[in-house]
Amino acid sequence: MTTELPTLPNPEITPSVAHFWEAAAEGKLDIRHCRSCGELHHYPRSFCPFCYSGDLDWQTMSGKGTIYSFSVMRRAPVPFAIAYVSLEEGPTILSHIVGIDLDDIAIGQKVQVAFADTQDNGPKVPVFEAAS
Amino acid sequence: MNIRGKAYVAGIAEHPVRKATDLSIMQIVSDLVTWALDDAGLEPEMVDGFFCDSEMPGLGVLSAAEYLGLNNLVHMDNTDPGGSAYPMHVSHAAQAIATGKCKVAVAVLAGRPRAAGKGADPVPDFGIPELAFEHPYSSMVLNQYAMVAMRHMHEFGLTSEQLAWVKVAASHHAQHNEHAMLRDLVTVEDVVNSPMISDPLHRLDCCVVSDGGGAVVVVAPEIAKSLKRPPVVVRGAGEAVKHLDGGRADLTYSAARKSGQIAFEEAGVTPADIKYASIYDSFTITVVQQLEDLGFCEPGKGGAFVADGNLIAGVGKLPVNTDGGGLCSNHPNNRGGMTKVLEAVRQLRGEAHPKVQVPNCDLAVAQAMGGWLGSRHASGTLILERE
Repeated sequence: MTTELPTLPNPEITPSVAHFWEAAAEGKLDIRHCRSCGELHHYPRSFCPFCYSGDLDWQTMSGKGTIYSFSVMRRAPVPFAIAYVSLEEGPTILSHIVGIDLDDIAIGQKVQVAFADTQDNGPKVPVFEAAS
Repeated sequence: MNIRGKAYVAGIAEHPVRKATDLSIMQIVSDLVTWALDDAGLEPEMVDGFFCDSEMPGLGVLSAAEYLGLNNLVHMDNTDPGGSAYPMHVSHAAQAIATGKCKVAVAVLAGRPRAAGKGADPVPDFGIPELAFEHPYSSMVLNQYAMVAMRHMHEFGLTSEQLAWVKVAASHHAQHNEHAMLRDLVTVEDVVNSPMISDPLHRLDCCVVSDGGGAVVVVAPEIAKSLKRPPVVVRGAGEAVKHLDGGRADLTYSAARKSGQIAFEEAGVTPADIKYASIYDSFTITVVQQLEDLGFCEPGKGGAFVADGNLIAGVGKLPVNTDGGGLCSNHPNNRGGMTKVLEAVRQLRGEAHPKVQVPNCDLAVAQAMGGWLGSRHASGTLILERE
């Protein structure tokens, strides 16, 4: 069984972190970066949860990562694979694994980011497929 | 300062209903409070502390106080980290009693999600900051717990068969509980051959959805000594929170590691002293994870610990969830922490079903988890002793 790219539920955008989806629309995975302590964090906040600085910018990730854990939701009308992906740069983010046979997904697998459509022409969201 | 010996559990009640088609939530609440006060031998006028979760209808404590005709409340608490709330309510009641804020506290849980056809997942509310980054991926209770199980298998070699033993033990206990939703014995094969829901969790790795609830009465020592029921004293408690920490996810341990350490330290006992354990069983993996984190076995050895009937009363070394737990008996309002307290009290009083009663049960733990094990969750640990 291969994964179809399902049309995902539409995220509601908070103005303070709207850049995340603007970058995604351009095919970039941008993660919040603290200019004070240097740490990356996800999901994005308007302050750094590690040092409480408000001096933040965004860094574009390589898009490369490793599957930390996953689960194939077999009960869903169209089964899908939810996963935590650990990015090369550090943070682990929640996403989907697509384009890999659902029975072949494994922890430790190398993946790379892609971007999937959401319902009602909503913003694209990052998903991950097998690294080339 | 600590709460050791400062408060007693004097009364308990569990609603026998599992599908409350003709009962309102407030009827369930009044049944429970009436029965728990009767069990204690106390009158409603004496209740001066009230504890409930945020799903109490209307204005929570206020609506409940009015419905129940409670006129003497001087202490109230709506602490609500999901299913872990109820051991915390007992702990907070003991803290309030120890500091003289109240003398007779009632904590109650009630709900009817089954009759209402309501699932365990919260309704999306985009005021929730993480939701825009999780909702598009259909993150839900099931797959959050499943990802913990998957990582555990990868990291420590946990197997589906080991997980299945948690359900097998629950079914052995539930056969003796006339109110349990699922009373049929199941085997490891039954569990691993049941439909896969969210890898690696099968249908029988998941708890029931049920209506009903429970209540517990916590009182000051001088009141406990005047009552006729077997005295069960609060010996220690702990609570803790764990989350994704800005992207530094670690699914190999839970908040129970910290809450357990705090509770055991306060109680001055170790897991080896515990005769009976109520361990929240929303899913089989939840039990394995908490047993490791509380220190009943080494990290990563939970699968081996639960296997071969080790959690079955009269068979294994650590009887767990002798009422049948959430996996077979009851998971009222999708919140398992209250029933964990209730069965621990029954065991300490010697009032569990004779087929599952632990002999000379003088020390028990009631452990509960709230929220999502795979991301943000809370853990409440309560250690109770029969005097």
